[in-house]
Amino acid sequence: MAETAQMQVSDEVAIRINNMNKWYGAFHVLRDINLTVHRGERIVICGPSGSGKSTLIRCINALEEHQKGSIEVDGTLLSSDLKNIDKIRSEVGMCFQHFNLFPHLTILENCTLAPIWVRKTPKKEAEETAMHFLEKVKIPDQANKYPGQLSGGQQQRVAIARSLCMRPRIMLFDEPTSALDPEMIKEVLDTMIELAEEGMTMLCVTHEMGFARQVANRVIFMDEGQIVEQNEPEAFFNNPQSPRTQLFLSQILGH
Amino acid sequence: MSDTHAESIAFVRESSLPPAAPPDKVGGPLKWVKDNLFPTWANALLTVVALYFLYLLLAGSLPWLLNGVWGASSLSECREVLDGATGACFSVLTERWHQLLFGFKYPSDQYWRPTLALVLLFLAVAPVLFIDLPRKMLLFTGIYPFLAFWLIWGGPIWGPLFALVGVVVGYMVYARLVHNSFAKALAAGLLAAIAVWYVGGFIGDALRPASPLLEAVPSRDLGGFMLNMMLGITCVSLSLPIGIALALGRQSHLPIVKGICVVFIEFVRGVPLITLLFVANVMLAYFFPPGSGVDLFIRVVIMITMFSSAYIAEVIRGGLAALPKGQYEAADSLGLDYAQAMRLIILPQALKISIPGIVNIAVGLFKDTTLVSVISLFDIIGMIRGPILASTDWNGVYWELFLFASVLFFIVCYGISQYSQWLERRLATDHR
Repeated sequence: MAETAQMQVSDEVAIRINNMNKWYGAFHVLRDINLTVHRGERIVICGPSGSGKSTLIRCINALEEHQKGSIEVDGTLLSSDLKNIDKIRSEVGMCFQHFNLFPHLTILENCTLAPIWVRKTPKKEAEETAMHFLEKVKIPDQANKYPGQLSGGQQQRVAIARSLCMRPRIMLFDEPTSALDPEMIKEVLDTMIELAEEGMTMLCVTHEMGFARQVANRVIFMDEGQIVEQNEPEAFFNNPQSPRTQLFLSQILGH
Repeated sequence: MSDTHAESIAFVRESSLPPAAPPDKVGGPLKWVKDNLFPTWANALLTVVALYFLYLLLAGSLPWLLNGVWGASSLSECREVLDGATGACFSVLTERWHQLLFGFKYPSDQYWRPTLALVLLFLAVAPVLFIDLPRKMLLFTGIYPFLAFWLIWGGPIWGPLFALVGVVVGYMVYARLVHNSFAKALAAGLLAAIAVWYVGGFIGDALRPASPLLEAVPSRDLGGFMLNMMLGITCVSLSLPIGIALALGRQSHLPIVKGICVVFIEFVRGVPLITLLFVANVMLAYFFPPGSGVDLFIRVVIMITMFSSAYIAEVIRGGLAALPKGQYEAADSLGLDYAQAMRLIILPQALKISIPGIVNIAVGLFKDTTLVSVISLFDIIGMIRGPILASTDWNGVYWELFLFASVLFFIVCYGISQYSQWLERRLATDHR
């Protein structure tokens, strides 16, 4: 598995982050972040809360603004130009901790909205695509229900399908399983694993270390707004180098 | 040992329990009365006291209502018929109903015009109020304001017709250009519309018929409950979109837009409506070009609309603030632009949350239209206090007239309230 994963990674650069810095007021949240993500790579970002891991991936689709350095997504330089931002956002899918489905729309409408309005896809075609991805996440029978009628795990899978309907080249996951019951975590992780096996470029902020071992080709550990350590999962878990990483791993794997 | 252990502690359910029906509700009217009216001594006492007050209320009002006189031609004749007994003098309603409804100057052979406009109003608002109706009906909704204007004010048809043509041409220009730039399209659309109105004005003058199909009725001849309805409907339907724009403007990142909206809202909310109405009556004429003679009706509409749009803006701002930040982020992350995110994601939810507040303001605004009676417009209250009570025939008939006005207002306001509750149920999709 790990070997095939390696094979799928190409030399093409999907995301290039150079010396990126971000402040909230006077608080320095992200410090000198340098990160290059290749097409097909699956990266898991972990770290204690407040370490800036969510902020980092939210900078990639400009949900957060960075103040210094540069972010390049698929060759497009992220600037304050709204056209660039919208272009990047339509290429980058994102899943949130609290799903953020649109409660006033049905599951199918949630999935077809962006393709119809942003991509100008005809309604019928958008619905076919939506049903295709809903089948992929194994909930086509819920298409005409509202998000409030679904369980948390089902909602998160719909959120993944909603992102996929835009045919993104990169997927960002911001703690997708943190708000779920243990039984539902698995169904969401299975969906993400399937996505990874198809070669999607993925950045996941998660504490699911089993997922990281199975899927990631790189694990990044962040603390206090900096990348402290990054390595292949085997080496990262079995032989962490920095004392901060060792402490973190001993705490989350210790029990 | 393992056997005993298994029997004493471990437990495995081999089949799940079948779902059982809930216990039968023991009921009947007697039980309801006992449970709800006389459950304890204290409650029984309260019930008796409440019933006594209800009796007093009805004993006082029912004879007056039921013994009412409907056929007399003046208050003194009423008193003769009643001959000292208690009873209302409803004859004033049968005698003066047309003044109460249409004002005292609207030509009586033309009453069918505002009545037809009212009937058509239901057809026009239906597709707006009931989202399940076919969308094609909105076409009539678009035409209705011009049609209603022509029906109520009469005169040559060219005015409202060219106004409509101007709007249509402006919209077509806008729709053509909006893909390139929203601002340019808006400006071009406005210019096109103004050009059509300007040219239309000359054509309309040239084609002015000797005697128009519908007799022209000037604004000062409008009155009665019709005036309240016209002001209420015009101002509510104008102040909702303006209120939405103000609420969004107040959230804007552009400092000038935000500043204008904040100053407007805070200023208008800080001033009594009646002051604004006096301004409309006396002062506003100074702001328009001399000789333009902007109609008093339009001036009043502007003021009431300003007033209620500021309140509606604040209610909608509350709805916007109640939405989780995640909704904005999800819309952004899918690549929707600002206008799409607002129209498709944010406003549908924010407006749904704001329905009770918006309806509150709409009902309040509708009742506030009676304030125009203080600037000598003869709405229903103006009619009662002016021409009717001042006449020698009906001097002193207060209860009957104001009861009639209350009933009219109650019917409309209760209707609005019931509609809003239905709408909230219809839009409930969160299944909480």
